[in-house]
Amino acid sequence: MNRISDKFKNNKKLLSIYFTAGYPKLDDTVEILQQLEKDGVDLVEIGLPFSDPLADGPTIQASSQTALQNGMTTELLFRQLKDVRKTVSIPLIIMGYFNPILQFGVENFCEKCAEIGIDGLILPDLPLAEFEEHYAEIFKKYGLLNIFLITPHTSEERILQIDAASEGFIYMVSRASVTGNSAGFGAETEEYFERVASLQLKNPQIVGFGINNSETFQQATKHTNGAIIGSAFIKMLSEKGKDGISAFVNSIRKV
Amino acid sequence: MNYNVNEKGYYGEFGGAYIPEMLYPNVEELRQNYLKVMAEESFQKEFHQLLKDYVGRPTPLYFAKRLSEKHSTKIYLKREDLCHTGAHKVNNTIGQILMAKRLGKTRIIAETGAGQHGVATATVCALMGLECIVFMGETDIKRQAPNVARMKMLGAKVIPASSGSKTLKDATNEAIRDWINNPLDTHYIIGSVVGPHPYPDMVARFQSIISEEIKVQLNEKEDRENPDFVVACVGGGSNAAGAFYHYLNKPEVGIIAVEAAGKGIDSGESAATSALGNTGIIHGSKTLLMQTPDGQITEPYSISAGLDYPGVGPMHANLFASGRGVFISVTDNEAMQAGLKLCKLEGIIPAIESSHALAIFETRKFKKDDVVVVNLSGRGDKDLDTYINYFKL
Ligand SMILES: Cc1ncc(COP(=O)(O)O)c(C=O)c1O
Repeated sequence: MNRISDKFKNNKKLLSIYFTAGYPKLDDTVEILQQLEKDGVDLVEIGLPFSDPLADGPTIQASSQTALQNGMTTELLFRQLKDVRKTVSIPLIIMGYFNPILQFGVENFCEKCAEIGIDGLILPDLPLAEFEEHYAEIFKKYGLLNIFLITPHTSEERILQIDAASEGFIYMVSRASVTGNSAGFGAETEEYFERVASLQLKNPQIVGFGINNSETFQQATKHTNGAIIGSAFIKMLSEKGKDGISAFVNSIRKV
Repeated sequence: MNYNVNEKGYYGEFGGAYIPEMLYPNVEELRQNYLKVMAEESFQKEFHQLLKDYVGRPTPLYFAKRLSEKHSTKIYLKREDLCHTGAHKVNNTIGQILMAKRLGKTRIIAETGAGQHGVATATVCALMGLECIVFMGETDIKRQAPNVARMKMLGAKVIPASSGSKTLKDATNEAIRDWINNPLDTHYIIGSVVGPHPYPDMVARFQSIISEEIKVQLNEKEDRENPDFVVACVGGGSNAAGAFYHYLNKPEVGIIAVEAAGKGIDSGESAATSALGNTGIIHGSKTLLMQTPDGQITEPYSISAGLDYPGVGPMHANLFASGRGVFISVTDNEAMQAGLKLCKLEGIIPAIESSHALAIFETRKFKKDDVVVVNLSGRGDKDLDTYINYFKL
């Protein structure tokens, strides 16, 4: 069984953290991963920075730009992660936009991921149809899961389609918004979580976008299997650096 | 070979809709409806009525006698510079505002570089009484103050894009982010034949009025529908798409696309995508774009803000890759000189974008009886400051 699917076996509410590789410092990547595992984080999305992150708000835009200025590249990220499986065992997912991967070569990229022990990819701008037609075979060959997004405006028909095409989990975008919107969750969001839960999908769901503290984590995981924190974690990193990780993770987990 | 879009939204290997799931419902709604809506009789009637009475179409096809003599060939200028608001951009915004209304949208967003598309969008929003928000790079806001003022006078809200390099590419990113944040009531009026399918095809169809008219007008003047060559500048490629449209599948018509070389193709300050780019994904489309080996999109440069875009639309990527179109690039200086020449010989001050197309005659010799149609995409009023500084007028 894949490391990701394994995580969902004991019904715990999973905490997932997103961070941008190469931020705040170019060589922080592996140390951040080790610390997150030590602090009990269940899975991690490693962000591959892109010059034009369409679905991201100001926080992740800025961390991406800094990471690129620091010198982060796809090539370098793979070098940094070469031995990561000697010290980190939680599921690792690379999240990024499709263009850098296309330039690297999709098959090359997948092969590298498999060598390192990456479990899956989240590529927000690679839509379902394009993936299935051109890339699903390659992902399969290298044992990589492709995680799809759904939003409050995704039709039920399409949710079912995405569920059928998914493995691992479904990434539920909490609201119609780019990342980093911290307005909190209202009744409408709650209704969406309940609606998706009632569909009884074959894949577990993890909520992302707008989760920034223990309260929103609780709300997001009431009807789902876990939640992803990105912008709030990056904000913390930019203020406190790696030393702030433990306190941040503990503050999310506290009830 | 067919050079139009196929049913999957591709031109050859270029096109598609590489969009995050958040945009899927909007883009899908448009995809399912755009051809249906455009085929409605009431739509066609309203569109053509506005093009006639409001935009001032048909624009003349003018035989440029003195320019022709100078270059020993027959040069016709398609006078898009005479459109209301000063450029071809308004053909598309008229079409899209009617589309937005039929889809029940009440809020309009747009990106702009030079401000021409922003002005054309603000204009049609005023005409229809719809809320208008234009994203514009901070750098461009400083460079294009008169167009910013125009948009404000027309009632639009201009929001500075302060991310990335603060130019057109970033304004487009911000518009897309706004659409993600406002998925229900908003229509995004893209200003060129770029973006996810169906935008490139929809914008090309709205702009195709240009070559539709050329065919009729050339018939009157030369007793033939087809020129030997049709020439247009390419930023994203909308005026070119309109000028080429009805000739795409007519191999006897030579298609010439002119890109901005900026300070020279090898200078590091250029926007000549066909020479410097390779296949990738920009703003939801698989097309040619300028990027680093690592797949980061690079900043283009051109003296002309309207050509300052790191990609070209997928139709043009396919025209280039298939060899159907000849792509050349001209430098800032070549374009500026060609623009000045048109002023002196024909009494027409062209937009600097259009001056790039005119520079074709400096780099390429045509036969004496060749009929060459140049799409004069816009007028130079907006560029006076640049002309003044460049020529120390
Ligand atoms: C007069 C004029 N021509 C050409 C362009 C370039 O756009 P496109 O390549 O879409 O025609 C612009 C863009 O602002 C313009 O204002």
